[in-house]
Amino acid sequence: MSSLITLIYLIASAAFILSLKWMSDPKTARRGVFAGVLGMTAAVIGTLFLPNVSHYTPILIALVLGTIVGIPISRVAMTAVPQRTAISHAFGALAAALVGTAEYYLHAPHIARFTMGAIVFETLLGFLTFTGSVMAFAKLQELIPTRPITFKGQNKFNFALLGTAALIGVILVIAPGLKFLFPIFALLALAFGVLLIIPIGGADMPTVISLLNSYAGLAAVAMGFVLDSQLLIIAGALDGASGLILSIIMCKAMNRSFTNVLFGAFGQVQTAAVGEAETRVVKSASAEEAGQVLENSQLVVIIPGYGMAVAQAQHKVRELYDALTKKGVDVRFAIHPVAGRMPGHMNVLLAEADIPYDKLIEMDDINPDMPQADVALVIGANDVTNPAARHDKSSPIFGMPIIDCDKARTVMVIKRSMNPGFAGIENELYFDEKTLMLFGDAKGFVAEIVKSLTGGSGMGH
Amino acid sequence: MDIKLTLSLYIFMLATFLGIEVIRGVSRLLHTPLMSLTNAISAIAVVGAIQIAGAAPEHTTPFAEWLGAIAVFASTTNIVSGFLLTDRMLKMFKKREPAKP
Repeated sequence: MSSLITLIYLIASAAFILSLKWMSDPKTARRGVFAGVLGMTAAVIGTLFLPNVSHYTPILIALVLGTIVGIPISRVAMTAVPQRTAISHAFGALAAALVGTAEYYLHAPHIARFTMGAIVFETLLGFLTFTGSVMAFAKLQELIPTRPITFKGQNKFNFALLGTAALIGVILVIAPGLKFLFPIFALLALAFGVLLIIPIGGADMPTVISLLNSYAGLAAVAMGFVLDSQLLIIAGALDGASGLILSIIMCKAMNRSFTNVLFGAFGQVQTAAVGEAETRVVKSASAEEAGQVLENSQLVVIIPGYGMAVAQAQHKVRELYDALTKKGVDVRFAIHPVAGRMPGHMNVLLAEADIPYDKLIEMDDINPDMPQADVALVIGANDVTNPAARHDKSSPIFGMPIIDCDKARTVMVIKRSMNPGFAGIENELYFDEKTLMLFGDAKGFVAEIVKSLTGGSGMGH
Repeated sequence: MDIKLTLSLYIFMLATFLGIEVIRGVSRLLHTPLMSLTNAISAIAVVGAIQIAGAAPEHTTPFAEWLGAIAVFASTTNIVSGFLLTDRMLKMFKKREPAKP
């Protein structure tokens, strides 16, 4: 029996690897989900038959309750996917932390050094990722302010806290019998998770979510070492690697380091200059004027950002795409890696609005075409379009790769007002002489452009 | 060092390198579904949670049993919502416009 379960675990590991491999292409990706489900089902059934599992009632109740809660969570709106991702990191990390805690209390003080080390690692990462992800969820859901929350000596305080937790962890490895230390250790880890996330601004969420993803995976790896389960080690390592790669991509896309994202409190920096720069002149245009320029273009590149998600404008954008395509205009979308609140956020929103994915083009691939674009239409994006990133060494976003909107013949920016964006930085693109500011709500303004293009007759044909 | 532990460390190392290579190949279009898929896969922690929650009464305590059951619940939530959401998102990615009726 136990060798059969070993075989089942081996198959489950292979299924998980294939599952991720098939994500390389949208054509095979759904097969990847199937492989994942297969691997997970096999693993769960195999585990239920383990000789040390004999008490089924709590397991079945938990499985049923988890399913009942899980189904509605999977039905969230596409704009809320970042929040749901954050909360699922919290659930995953909590599971790891609780299993580690139970292992500790069941076996202390008779725990081998290495196992205790793995338990410490598992619970530390588990608990801090749990509260960290809950905080990330609260920020994304706007239950708490998305602006960075900072206080004097914050980094020193945080490091001292983490240092103390690590020290207690080391003591526990040496002397696992000191049971009174464990709750203190857990509390410090929980507190550190909160403190780690509060100074992080909304624009840095893609990196932070990826990092928390990686932590949740590593906590599963540690659990694998505690329970001596290769399946857990492999699945956890795949998840850890995924989070790591995504965080690296996000950091590169902002030209920042991990330490800078975590301890830099971005967005706090540049609020001083407000007021003096307001004397500069911008050109604005109406929806009809914008519509005329758009329909006489050959290539229009739309640059979506988080503002499009907030305004729920993706379906109106699709109508604009339809109207322009019908008039023979080539419409493409330029996707900056950090646009939105999590990696790939814009792609999912636009795919939901039925825009074919071969029109969604990565920054590096669209930038060479920007000089041929007649119009660059910016909808809800800001910092990723700011040319200051290329030349202004004093700008906090200097060196960040941007979408070269300023190289297009005409730039249009849909924006509510002239308020600076999330990072609090003035965007010089708005003052460029070829830029037309389209003031208004993204959804409403796009709808008006569509109306002017279809001759006010609405969605005919 | 214990041979089992050594083997586990090797498995961890190899799985990490494999993970990095496989994830690098994932289309950037699909990074959001990728994340919800890995959420579901890392809920493999359910395997550990089941063993804690389902231990025979003489080998466990009510406290540990509760922790295990909560962990099974949390993992199951991730498994169910992770796979369903991933599939729901992937269904949206279409290459060409659907033919209009």
